[in-house]
Amino acid sequence: MDNLNNLMQGFVDVMDPMNLLLALIGVLVGTAVGVLPGIGPAMTVALLLPITYGMEPVQAFIMFAGIFYGGMYGGSTTSILLNTPGESSSVVTAIEGNKMAKAGRAAQALATAAIGSFVAGTIGTLLLVLVTPFVVDLAVSLGAPDYFALMLLAFIAVTSVLGSSRIRGFVSLLLGLTIGLVGIDSVSGQQRLTLGIPQLADGIDVVVVAVGIFAVGEALWVAAHLRRRPAEVIPVGRPWMGRSDWKRSWMPWLRGTAYGFPFGALPAGGAEIPTFLSYATEKRLTKHPEEFGKGAIEGVAGPEAANNASAAGTLVPMLAIGLPTNATAAVMLAAFQSYGIQPGPLLFEREASLVWVLIASLFIGNLLLLLLNLPLAPAWAKLLQIPRPYLYAGILFFASMGAYAVGAQPLDLFLLLTLGLLGFAMRRFGLPVLPLIVGVILGPRAELQGRRSLQLSGGELSGLLGGPVSYTVYTAVALVLVWPLIRRFVLSPLRARNAAA
Amino acid sequence: MLAVSACGATADKEESGSGSGSSKPATGLRLMVPNTPGSGYDLTARTVSQVMQDTKVASGVQVFNLPGASGTVGLQRLVNEKGNGKMAMQMGLGVVGASYTQKSKATLTDSTPLAKLIEEAGAIVVPKDSPYKSMDDLVTAWKKNPKKFAVGGGSSPGGPDHLLPMQLAKAVGIKPTDVNYVSYDGGGELLPAILGNKIAFGASGFGEFLDQVEAGQVRVLAVSSEKPIEALKDVPTLKGEGIDLVFTNWRGIVAPPGITDEQKQTWVDALTKMHDSDAWKAQLEKNGWVDAFATGDEFGAYMTEQDKAVADLLAELGLA
Repeated sequence: MDNLNNLMQGFVDVMDPMNLLLALIGVLVGTAVGVLPGIGPAMTVALLLPITYGMEPVQAFIMFAGIFYGGMYGGSTTSILLNTPGESSSVVTAIEGNKMAKAGRAAQALATAAIGSFVAGTIGTLLLVLVTPFVVDLAVSLGAPDYFALMLLAFIAVTSVLGSSRIRGFVSLLLGLTIGLVGIDSVSGQQRLTLGIPQLADGIDVVVVAVGIFAVGEALWVAAHLRRRPAEVIPVGRPWMGRSDWKRSWMPWLRGTAYGFPFGALPAGGAEIPTFLSYATEKRLTKHPEEFGKGAIEGVAGPEAANNASAAGTLVPMLAIGLPTNATAAVMLAAFQSYGIQPGPLLFEREASLVWVLIASLFIGNLLLLLLNLPLAPAWAKLLQIPRPYLYAGILFFASMGAYAVGAQPLDLFLLLTLGLLGFAMRRFGLPVLPLIVGVILGPRAELQGRRSLQLSGGELSGLLGGPVSYTVYTAVALVLVWPLIRRFVLSPLRARNAAA
Repeated sequence: MLAVSACGATADKEESGSGSGSSKPATGLRLMVPNTPGSGYDLTARTVSQVMQDTKVASGVQVFNLPGASGTVGLQRLVNEKGNGKMAMQMGLGVVGASYTQKSKATLTDSTPLAKLIEEAGAIVVPKDSPYKSMDDLVTAWKKNPKKFAVGGGSSPGGPDHLLPMQLAKAVGIKPTDVNYVSYDGGGELLPAILGNKIAFGASGFGEFLDQVEAGQVRVLAVSSEKPIEALKDVPTLKGEGIDLVFTNWRGIVAPPGITDEQKQTWVDALTKMHDSDAWKAQLEKNGWVDAFATGDEFGAYMTEQDKAVADLLAELGLA
């Protein structure tokens, strides 16, 4: 329990009116910048990092924690309200979250996201304190075959999101896989589907794809139907989460956390896969399957918790072995180094007090975020009362700005419009959009890990099998595949016989 | 603060004046980083900007990122900015390789070399329980079956971590096309592959592994510099192990083509003053960078030589 004592000392160092004020400013500024679509947490932190130059490390860290959590939450806000996710990890939030907003439940969606983020962030940070040494050993022992198995599991799990028509679902998935192919093949260095355009060499950013398909596609769709149909006014809902909202949210929060933290701690885990898995799980377990696709609160609560828990998980390899596993962590690492702190295996020995200050700051930043944003949720939700022509003009404006902000490339704007047309066509022909996003995100990663496994084994197919971890994952894959069959051919006949008897 | 921004607004008119009046801080300079925030180039560029500001060599040097295609999108932009004496680009060996692997229309020979700033030697790193105790062990095993010998690096083909093992293979008599190079996304992804014993050896900048070496989690068999490195005193150089290869990754700054000599001199003067400052020395030490300052034509000659060596190697591999 030494760690807990150290943590308490960290709190003592942080609790100071000035520090708390800095944390509050960090949360405010982080949220404000994070709300801009296309500016994810990594860029928010990078942009705001210079503010902390010239501060004492303790002050800088606490402000940093505020910016970090503020930036993450800001991204979810736009996902829910405007259907324009700021980064790939909040794409899933947009799916149910925006539907909820349209049904007049924006305040509830924002609240469940805020509380879910708080719960997940707090549990995640606590786990960071307690399990870091054990998790690191496991995380490092995983190799390409294990990741490949996890990708397969994610693919199988999300087939449940293919929608009612399998054919349309697969068409959408294939479109996504094709978009995912664009760019340089990292194994051979060859360019694929780049049409000789250098800007395409790094592939198409997931944010551009999501914003194009979701926001621009929808704006075009609404524009095409605005005159023919009477305008549906978005109803004004209740400002707070009701009893049933709480009841339906708390389990998804916890399950999302359970998915997010371990994936965040894996060097090649990331936040996207746990959000997909969480969404797929909630869709299977929900008592209200009819609401999925129309704004189910579970579909916001779970993925948002997964997203935030994964962010906390990211800190495990970063603090323990100096491994930045995503862009946000890389920026944070640079920030630590500017204070002469070198995260790595010796960090806890060399700079113990600062580390505990940082961890205490994360708790406080997270709490302040909740206190600040919960009361604001109804106010944000009023945004949707803007008349539709203006609202969609605003969405298009923010969508374009977001796409441009990702890489400052005019080409991204062209891509955004092209993808918007694709999104429009998909709506016209009833293709679900989620499988496409799944394809864009998971396709290239599965390919990379699969090919890397084969490279490591020198081309032996057995290299794909890996070790104990991948065996466990493949068993899970087999169970997921076989379970419907068992239910249909073993359980149902049994039940029928019992009923008959 | 107000005075500074006023200077920036009138920078264009003052251009001819700022070259001669070298005591005045240069204004309105912009430094492009051809990859993402948080990267090594980004850190270097932001440090340069910070030090220039702190030492009053230049005021308000704006750093901006234009990532894409391993730096060649930024390179194209630089070449398009022909004659713009206020902009420069942070670059390094990685951009040299990328300009070939990406078949970029813009090349570094188009640019105006300003200064080489720092360099970092590469290291040959193995897991702590690897059977290879010396370069000899490693090379003997590698030669036996190169195609099954997984070599990891933190860059895509054409990047520094890819060029090092390829040149090493060539130096010890293994065909570079036979090398089984597994690319990881930066040192952050490479390290767990080494710690987890997934690859036979890793090649990357030595700075990435200092803490892990100290903690006894990995071993460095050799460094690729001319002389041994202070931080890794007991580690031999490749030359010391009888392999005729010196390889360093370096970072420098280049300007667009077609700028006037005066504009070039303004940059070189500013960079030289920055390099001579104590603040820069402190930054070198803090970041573990090795000073390798060279300006203008000296840097130009170095870059031409590097450009050719990289082009030849990549052509042999069928990548250029």
